[in-house]
Amino acid sequence: MEFLLQPLNVLTFSPVVGVLVLLFLGKRDGLSRWVALGTSLVTFGISLWVLGLFNANDPGLQLDFAYDWIQAASWNIKYAMAIDGLSILLVLLTTFLTPIAILSTWHAVEERVRDFMVFFLLLEVGMLGVFLAQDLFLFYIFWEFTLVPMYFLIGIWGGAQRMYAAIKFFLYTMAGSILMLLAILWLGINQGTFHLPELLALGNIPAQEQFWLFLAFAAAFAIKVPMWPLHSWLPDAHVQAPTAGSVILAGVLLKLGTYGFLRFNLQLFPQAAVELAPAMATLAVIGIVYGAIVSYSQKDVKKLVAYSSISHLGFVMLGLFALNAQGIEGAILQMVNHGISTGALFLIVGFIYERRHTRELSEFGGLWSIMPVYAVLTLIVSLSSMGLPGLNGFVGEFTILLGAWGAGQGGALGSIWFTVFAALGVILAAVYMLYMFQKMFLGPVTVKANEALKDLSWRELAIMIPLLVLIFWIGLYPKPFFALMHPAVEQLVTLFQTAAIP
Amino acid sequence: MDAFALVPWIVFFPLIGLVVNLAFGRRLGEKFSAIVGTLAVLSAFVVAVLQLLSLQAHPHGAVVPLADWINIGSLQIPWAFNVDTLSVTMMLVVSGVGTLIHIYAAGYMHYDVRYKEDPGSFTRFFIYLNLFIAAMMILVSGNSYLMLFVGWEGVGLCSFLLIGFWYSRNPDGSKGLLNSQAAKKAFVANRVGDFGFLLAMFLTFWAFGSLSFDQVLPNAASVDPRIIMAITLCMLIGVTGKSAQLPLYVWLPDAMAGPTPVSALIHAATMVTAGVYLVVRSAPLFGAVPEAGNIVAIVGAVTALFAATIAVAQNDIKKVLAYSTISQLGFMVAAVGIGAYVAGMFHLVTHAFFKALLFLGSGSVILALERAHHPLDGHHDEHHDDHHDEHHDDHHAPFDPQDMRNMGGLRKQIPTTYRVYLIGALALAGLPPLAGFFSKDEILTDALHANMLVWVLLTAAAFLTAFYMGRQIWLVFFGEARTKAAKEAVESPSTMLIPLGILAALSVFGGLINVPVLHPFTDWLEHTLGHDFAHATVFNFGVAIFSTVLALIAIYISWRLYGRKPLAAGEADPLQQRLGFAFKGMQNKWWVDELYDAIIIQPYRRLAAFLADVVDWRFWHDWVHDTLIGRGFGALARFLAEPVDMGVIDGISRGLAALAKGLGRGFSLLQSGYVRNYALMVFFGVVLMIGYLVFSS
Repeated sequence: MEFLLQPLNVLTFSPVVGVLVLLFLGKRDGLSRWVALGTSLVTFGISLWVLGLFNANDPGLQLDFAYDWIQAASWNIKYAMAIDGLSILLVLLTTFLTPIAILSTWHAVEERVRDFMVFFLLLEVGMLGVFLAQDLFLFYIFWEFTLVPMYFLIGIWGGAQRMYAAIKFFLYTMAGSILMLLAILWLGINQGTFHLPELLALGNIPAQEQFWLFLAFAAAFAIKVPMWPLHSWLPDAHVQAPTAGSVILAGVLLKLGTYGFLRFNLQLFPQAAVELAPAMATLAVIGIVYGAIVSYSQKDVKKLVAYSSISHLGFVMLGLFALNAQGIEGAILQMVNHGISTGALFLIVGFIYERRHTRELSEFGGLWSIMPVYAVLTLIVSLSSMGLPGLNGFVGEFTILLGAWGAGQGGALGSIWFTVFAALGVILAAVYMLYMFQKMFLGPVTVKANEALKDLSWRELAIMIPLLVLIFWIGLYPKPFFALMHPAVEQLVTLFQTAAIP
Repeated sequence: MDAFALVPWIVFFPLIGLVVNLAFGRRLGEKFSAIVGTLAVLSAFVVAVLQLLSLQAHPHGAVVPLADWINIGSLQIPWAFNVDTLSVTMMLVVSGVGTLIHIYAAGYMHYDVRYKEDPGSFTRFFIYLNLFIAAMMILVSGNSYLMLFVGWEGVGLCSFLLIGFWYSRNPDGSKGLLNSQAAKKAFVANRVGDFGFLLAMFLTFWAFGSLSFDQVLPNAASVDPRIIMAITLCMLIGVTGKSAQLPLYVWLPDAMAGPTPVSALIHAATMVTAGVYLVVRSAPLFGAVPEAGNIVAIVGAVTALFAATIAVAQNDIKKVLAYSTISQLGFMVAAVGIGAYVAGMFHLVTHAFFKALLFLGSGSVILALERAHHPLDGHHDEHHDDHHDEHHDDHHAPFDPQDMRNMGGLRKQIPTTYRVYLIGALALAGLPPLAGFFSKDEILTDALHANMLVWVLLTAAAFLTAFYMGRQIWLVFFGEARTKAAKEAVESPSTMLIPLGILAALSVFGGLINVPVLHPFTDWLEHTLGHDFAHATVFNFGVAIFSTVLALIAIYISWRLYGRKPLAAGEADPLQQRLGFAFKGMQNKWWVDELYDAIIIQPYRRLAAFLADVVDWRFWHDWVHDTLIGRGFGALARFLAEPVDMGVIDGISRGLAALAKGLGRGFSLLQSGYVRNYALMVFFGVVLMIGYLVFSS
């Protein structure tokens, strides 16, 4: 019983209760929606309870538990979970975005609603498990598990090319995971445990091995992020996925990759992290600039937003590999910010797609006068995405760039030019976001079909308002968010100070 | 008892106005929106005045913290307000001129929204204006570079929104994308500047360990001058963006697409002076590296002259003023570059008065023509339709109420506007004893002592200033009416004329704030800048007389060309034949926009298209992934996972492919059955796992 009442177990598997109800309920669409929404809201409530139990001043693992799981031969696999300052915000982000995404499907998903909701809730289980697992083996299981529901969400409820996109998504991610699996097995067997806290306590991985293990883990995570040039699956997956799928894909699934870097590459292999920081930062900066330039030339709104993710996630990666407090805290906050802003952007694209069944920029123009509420919300989200001070994106970007600059002056990066080029992304972001906004909302109305469009409904507003509240909250008063992560990051950063001294 | 603690209200009042208008404005009508909007700014002005009074007793001011903002280790940036003589000067200008412009806008926008056939936008306008005031107040009152930057980008956003206020139209009122294009251009050009500002902040933080003014500025001497050099030059990039200097000034002329009160408030009196404020605020940094100051001064002086040449050949009444603004900002930037911080601020203040006056005056002129061309009352609709047909079907150029060639003789029709406009023009031309004379003279005197080249450039610019203002006055107000609209122009309502009158009075007497010998403004700023950076300029009769004579000569020449024999309708500009190619260059703004288009914008578009279509899609996505890796990877995956994984995956894909075809009769059975199985399988897996753990522990 003690096992079942572990708060983190309750949190992770509470969506399963909803899944069970859905399975026994049969195919009642309306009811299925409400059950799923209710389940995700309860899960969100449980995550708030976990937040209440969380002690922000403690840098270590909390609410942790470890049960012997597979103890065969020399294998020491535990069923272990914990939460700490590095993961709590991402857990909250997951439980926060899931009900929003479910609410967005009210009219968008009409077929096989029950199945859709089952997969959606299972996806939430997988994501929470990834953020909470403290055993490499358990982590890997959750990591792979998230693929399955997402595969179905794209493959069944996606657009015209859904099968291609779903298979590409699946195989691409699998390919990277295989290398990670090998690394996990090597670690577990050689170190005698798969349990992360034990591995960290041992802390005796030689530099040479760190290097290769780092790369093996990085292969899996870099594809997930995705880091340039491993991003080719992303536009397909995003464009084909249903709106709610895109929201979760951008909002949370990509963060599994950046979180993986943070949790494993930085913690387990600090020396390799220091050594490889300039290389990772190079890819990150290329991603920032490349994603921004390519976004500008897109004709499909959703694709534009998808490519902008590559640029934004580049900022996160740059911040992580600054390996100092400003960079990493900025990066964690930016993971949350990107989840909120880009999630909101995909919702926004979804709103117009439901009305017009097209996402071509050339089909729009002048929408402001027809849908003023929609226009203003889009403007705010766009500004948040391009890092306007006072909104959330700026706080993350600024601290990341500031940290990266510091890392360039005598820190892990060794050159300020990373930051200079990354800061160019700030200009380019304005170029593509304003281009999108202008094409959709400004100028005269040129397409007849747009003239009778209805502004946002109350349900759609209810979806957007929580996101907007966070956009302003984090922009104006991010202190509570930093407070949650600060002790853990401080502790993490000390690893690199010792690692940097050979 | 001081009022420093009240200072956050300079931001809160406009925000309250904004929220009230957002919630109720549209329902309660124009009067309500205008009153709320104006009261909000007026309240902020009152708070600013209270700060002024408090500073009399405590001239060194105070830092008023409001809340924490970003705290990470050594990075500690609170929301904190800085009250000192410099910031309060800016607060007074912003809220004072701002209030007058709000009043004016109540009258002006009443007509404008009707000419644009969108009366609902009246409230929207006041919401934006209040947002602007709030952002501008954050800019001038923040106690750190980062908080200044919040305001800095905030005003940029408002500028974007207001330039594109009539977002579905072109500047001439027809339907099109040009207004929104201008708005976008302003935002992007400013972002380029902000890029420099950001780098300056990174350098500052890692050199000083802080971004707060009170931590950075006093320690300028303890930091490597090369780093300070880098900081100041990066800041200069920001200044050229926000204050429209070479090479980033190109957005400001296009910004005239915004309604005229916006041009007056944002693009003349307040926002564009933010760059000057930034340099003055950072005086200890710029003062520490004179080479940087020199570069700033040259940029300013060259801009002053360059923009003045363009202003000479413009026909649009607002474009003349726009280039004039760039030129005058050049004066201020040059002044602060040579270390004449007080003179720069002095000119900032007087310029706010007379340039706001001129812009609002031009708005009154434009409206006078517009109202004569198609009156709103009576048969407005018919008239408007005629007007519409005229330029859509007959391919006639639409009537442009901003083109000075459509004006002439307006002093008789709109005498009040004429009088105040004349005062503004003379103040700008720098004739004694008007406000512009004193401030410009201080800059020129300081320039003469500091840097001969700067003095020469600025003096030449001053000569052209007097000339183009003379030209404008003759073209607009003298001679005979060149169109029917000009002949029947209607004087504006008193909501517009009263602010004009007050600004005219300020343009006459504004020079008194730093009148020679007494120098009250110098003493005032010295409390903040310290003695080193706030010296009193000794009045130099030589400079004063020389520049006055030059201005008079320029005005005389303009009379010879445009006043003695007024321009007739359809006649070419008399300068055209006299200057030939040079005139063509001036008229076409020296083709700078075309140049930028050719070397930056088009190449960027092509690069983006190339990367997106060819590199990312055709090469990387299609060829490498689908063709090259696709099959190979599929085989590898099969090889690795056979038979366990692939059995499953293959089955799924095949099943789903069947679904994609979508029409097969049996597919629903097959599919739903499968999905349920799968979900159940996962569920049983979980149950088994839980069961195992429960019983084994």
